[in-house]
Amino acid sequence: MSFWEYANPKKFMQTSTGLLPWVWGLTGLCLAVGLVWGFFFTPDDFRQGSTVKIIYLHVPAAMMAINAWVMMLVTSLIWLVRRHHVSALAAKAAAPVGLTFTLVALVTGALWGQPMWGTWWAWDPRLTSFLILTLFYLGYIALWQAVENPDTAADLTAVLCLVGSVFALLSRYAVQFWNQGLHQGASLSLDKEENISDVFWLPLLVCIAGFVLLFVALVLVRTRTEIRARRLSALLARERLA
Amino acid sequence: MPELGKYAVAVLSSYGASLALLAGIVALSVWQGKRVKRQLAEVEARAAEERADG
Repeated sequence: MSFWEYANPKKFMQTSTGLLPWVWGLTGLCLAVGLVWGFFFTPDDFRQGSTVKIIYLHVPAAMMAINAWVMMLVTSLIWLVRRHHVSALAAKAAAPVGLTFTLVALVTGALWGQPMWGTWWAWDPRLTSFLILTLFYLGYIALWQAVENPDTAADLTAVLCLVGSVFALLSRYAVQFWNQGLHQGASLSLDKEENISDVFWLPLLVCIAGFVLLFVALVLVRTRTEIRARRLSALLARERLA
Repeated sequence: MPELGKYAVAVLSSYGASLALLAGIVALSVWQGKRVKRQLAEVEARAAEERADG
């Protein structure tokens, strides 16, 4: 069976109907276990005190804010190259979810930054590139709303997505490019010496899995809505012509 | 409830705001999905009636 079969709206609807209850169930399980474990059963950090508990929301949200844009980039490229409508609709569906993760990361970052850095906000490379990514999310969503023809909207938003990818990459790697910022380096590393302690790492891993699954569940639900909305507008147009 | 000390406001606000935002996007997505599904069913039913009427 080819991957491209899922570009068929009917096949996508059939497959996602079977998948969704499992994805929702696993999402709930991972988020409940990860957040309860992280909040109630992990110790305070010797330097950051109880604020370390914010890591279970901030890191997964920031990761998914960037990864959502990468997913939109891939589906936008598929749209531009192969003209599969489902891929354009999946990109459209992912944007509000990515924006929500971005807002979660910004809000938790500010609330964490205030007691640790003494400021809610700094024009640090990572924070600034992340704020620009937020603006790209808003612009992307607004562009879909502003253009009436759906194929033209898909084309224009795909180009915007390509441009915004620069800031998604910058958000991810800014701390490596510039060292003058307030934001620390990556909390997660394959190098055991650099990675955070297992006592924080394991519940964080469960939370990251929960956020990934939540993203998948929401994108599936919203893409199904977009496919139905596309069919609805086609039927309404046919009614008006009749 | 864990002892959060002087950072209780920051930690609890982070959890409150994040869970509210996440619950908001879930509720909005489910609500929009149900609304569009209902509208589509109505229009498809009308189209089926018209086809039956000839």
